Amino acid sequence: MDLISILTNTALALFNAESLYLALAAIGLNVHFGYTGLLNFGQVGFLAIAAYGLATGVTYFDLPFGLAVLLGLAAAVALALLLGIPTLRLRADYLAIVTIASSEVIRLVARSASLRDFSGGSSGLSGFAQGFYDLNPLGPGRYGIGAISYDSNRAWLLLVGWTLAALCCLLVFLLMRSPWGRVLRAIREDEDAARSLGKNVVGYKMQSLILGGVFGALGGFVFALANSSVQPDSYATLLTFFAFTAMILGGAGRILGPVAGAVLFWGFFVLVENVLVQASQAGYIPEAVFNSNQTGVVRQILVGVLLMALMIFRPQGLFGDKKELALDAR
Amino acid sequence: MGLSSPAPLAPSRAGPGRARPRSLTRRALAPLLVLSALLALLLGASPASAAPQTVASGERITGVLRNAGEPLEGVEVIVEQDGAEVARGASDATGRFVVPVDGPGAYSVRLDPASLPEGVVPRIPTREVTVRAGNPAAALFQFGEDTRQVATRLDRAPQLLLGGLQFGLVIAMAAIGLSLIFGTTGLTNFAHGELLTGGAMLAYVFNAKVGLNLIPAALIALVLAGVFGGLLDRGLWRPLRNRGTGLIAALVVSIGLSLLLRGLYLYFFGGGSSTYLQYATQDPLEVGPVTVLQRDLVIIVISLIVLLGVGLALQRTRLGKATRAVADNPALASSSGIDVERVINVVWIAGTVLAALGGIFLALSQQVNFQLGQNILLLLFAGVTLGGLGTAYGALVGSLVIGVFTQLSTLFIPAELQVVGALLILILILIVRPQGILGRAERIG
Repeated sequence: MDLISILTNTALALFNAESLYLALAAIGLNVHFGYTGLLNFGQVGFLAIAAYGLATGVTYFDLPFGLAVLLGLAAAVALALLLGIPTLRLRADYLAIVTIASSEVIRLVARSASLRDFSGGSSGLSGFAQGFYDLNPLGPGRYGIGAISYDSNRAWLLLVGWTLAALCCLLVFLLMRSPWGRVLRAIREDEDAARSLGKNVVGYKMQSLILGGVFGALGGFVFALANSSVQPDSYATLLTFFAFTAMILGGAGRILGPVAGAVLFWGFFVLVENVLVQASQAGYIPEAVFNSNQTGVVRQILVGVLLMALMIFRPQGLFGDKKELALDAR
Repeated sequence: MGLSSPAPLAPSRAGPGRARPRSLTRRALAPLLVLSALLALLLGASPASAAPQTVASGERITGVLRNAGEPLEGVEVIVEQDGAEVARGASDATGRFVVPVDGPGAYSVRLDPASLPEGVVPRIPTREVTVRAGNPAAALFQFGEDTRQVATRLDRAPQLLLGGLQFGLVIAMAAIGLSLIFGTTGLTNFAHGELLTGGAMLAYVFNAKVGLNLIPAALIALVLAGVFGGLLDRGLWRPLRNRGTGLIAALVVSIGLSLLLRGLYLYFFGGGSSTYLQYATQDPLEVGPVTVLQRDLVIIVISLIVLLGVGLALQRTRLGKATRAVADNPALASSSGIDVERVINVVWIAGTVLAALGGIFLALSQQVNFQLGQNILLLLFAGVTLGGLGTAYGALVGSLVIGVFTQLSTLFIPAELQVVGALLILILILIVRPQGILGRAERIG
């Protein structure tokens, strides 16, 4: 077992692109679920539509990079409106079913062969990220501390992405201190009470859905740029549940909860995987029980157990406040 | 046209090719496609794969040349722009060609006739393709006589109707359990799809591994599924109810359970697909305008009998009446002397058995696979919501509508998008009549 390599890989993963887009998606979910009580199970739909907006903007509409980003954001806002108008009047579990269904609709349409010219079918699109990396002011070389370092392009992406994530957190912090944020929390606690005070509940829910969707869209950009490609099946519902677990782990209804949750969640994954792979290579685990092709399976099982255990034993997560969140948003 | 089984309504990850396993070649292809689906899931669906991938970049025109299944090697591919040749390439031993081009734009692609084998002529000599910046574009060439039979929509309708009816009945069995569990406990069970998969896999284990005939294997699987459902309620959901866990929290727990079960299926069963040893292939019967397999007739008849039995049991027996009472108002039912916990336990057992039977039938017309149930979960929700959440008969009606609709919609939209149609119907229903067809109008906002 190579302990140094396990620790290096884990440390590299803590703030790498995966943690980053999970964190952005979870910040959005936190606005939806943690502060407003909206059960959005289609967060990956916001990531997907923004990533595809960016990719098709550059490859299909021949837009410059900046305009393509705006197209992605506009698509995410439009998706929030489309989702919100029919469902925000309904009970929470209906919203859950509709959002998860719509995220699957987006994935299936994006991968359909009939739209191959537009969205690239099941192989997706690539060749749209150059506009972003052309803006990279960092010179070539590696950036970081010792072995924990990233190449120039990745460092640029992480720099921009984590700055965005920090700004998102700041925005959420300011908003939730404002009267607007207090109305959101009132809706979470008791929708009827908020309504009886004359608040336009559906309007506030819609604004929350759009805001969280835009945060998810930023995560979609990071995902797409980190891979320099978009592939429809990367945007399956499993990713929503990863973000959801990250948010619950850190603590829903906390400003930095989703970020801490995403970093720890992904770090924990990479740590477990590296330990398993090293242990099986060193012969501590027989091949029949685990081989290195099964890391994805182990990850899925771990998420399942983690999600169940958290919801049953510690619904407020690691850093959450139980009083802040009764976690029954009906 | 031998459309004997309903098209799988799976939102297939494998590719547009896995639309409906209606012929043996398609069946033979399915494991490969599912394997690639698994890879896509493992590599693509999880953020793990997000490490930068080496994507061959640059504008290029690609394609595969095959004549009657045999790859054509060494065929010269000529790429022209505005009538002038701009690039040229040749196909390799697998028939594949990749011709890099200088930039995005419109190109016409043709094959050099001199390099083609004797008597092999492309059906369409020149293909126009549009290349986008940084992306490959495909040029498709087909050879030989066009032997595809084009059936008119009217010809295909009765066959699709039958397939849709069968599919609707099969998902209705699972949907009734889902709806009753929701009605009696308020739980939106996102792990219901895994109950279908579990039934299909248990039957497969006793059929293929132990060596029993499918019928006794299926019966054993149903018994075990019932035991599992009862234990799941006793061991997980009842303690959660007693702790006063909220419905949203319970819903999230069911998602965790679904991920856990699916992971375990994948771990023990692997990502491939398998068929049962019996009844996998049969000669179709011609009945009027449709062809049908005996197997599918039996599935339809058994489903009808089971659904009728469930309906009668709900309507006539003491337990059935108690179930409806609990679904209507648990507190009132409890105060009038009904043992609510026992009713809920029975609902879980019956719901799991019904789901397992649905899973076995679904696996007969598709294949046993770890994603079998997950792939139709959203259609179950669509059926249940369409009929009215919490009502047993609503689940039946809604599932039939969804089953028939998804099949008939392939007359007008590509088969790969049939699930999209069903999900859009679900969203539409929620706007127009959120309580569903048979649901009672009440406050659901």
